[in-house]
Amino acid sequence: MPFTSADLAAIGLTLRLAATTMVLLLVLCTPLAWWLAHTRSRWRGPVSAVVALPLVLPPTVIGFYLLITMGPSGPLGQFTQWLGLGTLPFTFWGLVVGSLIYSLPFAVQPLQHAFEAIGQRPLEAAATLGAGPLDRFFTVAVPLARPGFITAAILSFAHTVGEFGVVLMLGGNIPGVTRVVSVQIYDHVEALEYTQAHWLAGGMVVFSFVVLLGLNLTRRHAAASVVR
Amino acid sequence: MVSVAVAANFTAPMQKIAAAFEADTGHQATLSFGASGKFYAQITHGAPFHVLLSADEATPARLEREGKAVADTRFTYATGALVLWSAQPGLVDDQGAVLRSGGFRHIALANPKVAPYGAAALQVMEKMGLAATLQPRWVLGENIAQTFQFVASGNAQLGFVALSQVMADGRMAQGSAWRVPASLHAPIRQDAALLLPGRGNAAAVALLQYLRGDKARSIMRAHGYGA
Repeated sequence: MPFTSADLAAIGLTLRLAATTMVLLLVLCTPLAWWLAHTRSRWRGPVSAVVALPLVLPPTVIGFYLLITMGPSGPLGQFTQWLGLGTLPFTFWGLVVGSLIYSLPFAVQPLQHAFEAIGQRPLEAAATLGAGPLDRFFTVAVPLARPGFITAAILSFAHTVGEFGVVLMLGGNIPGVTRVVSVQIYDHVEALEYTQAHWLAGGMVVFSFVVLLGLNLTRRHAAASVVR
Repeated sequence: MVSVAVAANFTAPMQKIAAAFEADTGHQATLSFGASGKFYAQITHGAPFHVLLSADEATPARLEREGKAVADTRFTYATGALVLWSAQPGLVDDQGAVLRSGGFRHIALANPKVAPYGAAALQVMEKMGLAATLQPRWVLGENIAQTFQFVASGNAQLGFVALSQVMADGRMAQGSAWRVPASLHAPIRQDAALLLPGRGNAAAVALLQYLRGDKARSIMRAHGYGA
């Protein structure tokens, strides 16, 4: 068995974190991406820039600010304490909050591009046939934007699996709670357990390759179905 | 020019020592701060550091055995001291009884598997018979600097950090602290070594000499190190 029980716990936790983040991001980002795709508001530029910030900010910056804002004297920390939830750093849900921010552009941008590519005409056609706004959205826009949803799901999942800096700053390395695979690899390397590190690191490379290959295949499939 | 890999706990005194070293000798010192285990991995893979100031004895010894450090250049430049510290005044008493009363949610320590100050913290808890009780509340920093950050930001109510991190100019900075008696853990001997790329580098040799001198040692003592 190449993986220790601690490695397996880290793998399970990572998959749970990535799946939770992916589902929440798809729910939260769909209205945001829709708005970005259709609005003429002067806020469109600033909001797009904020959404893209995690692409360029070092994860240590995100992690550092989250540690402070979610801490006992930070605004988010005071709010969660007022709710009776305590503070979020060193908890699974703290990592979820960090991952939502860290992976935000990977969910918003594919959805936004998919909505923009649909254009107004199918929606206007549906409207002339008497479909209401919600009906138009769920029966016309969502099915047409399906490749965008698939891309957003895959990328936000995979990007969360690859998260390291934010987790390191927020997590506190607690087995089964915040010790994800990337942190476990880092620990193995620092403890000079290079064989264990190789198994997990190699697993990450294979996983990432398969995900990106799968993404490529779904895109080609989607392109082919549009041509048909 | 000498390029130095410095253990994270030694950051504050080393910045002062390097400034004094540059003023007194005219040599330049470039400092990199981090975890000793990470430096080990980098040095064995060809990192161009001239001198290693490790947080432990084992890493320099291992590098010498593996031919990455120049033989017979190792020495203990400082002995570290451990402190149980909280950013809140009054939380930590001067006997460490707070560890038994348990009025806290998280206690931070450096990862005992990789960091000498974390290993010492674990020994203290074991000696007090509290390791198993406290373990569910542990949060582990990657190195002692991150551990300090967990406590300083208040996310962990208290934690084991290096005395040097909460002490400046011979005084405790803020919050509350228990200076852990050295009898509760094995001494934290921090060793230096001249690395292969530093062989024949006058600045590197001068720095190792300077670390043994009175000026460097008084800076270390002001930061709570035994020197």
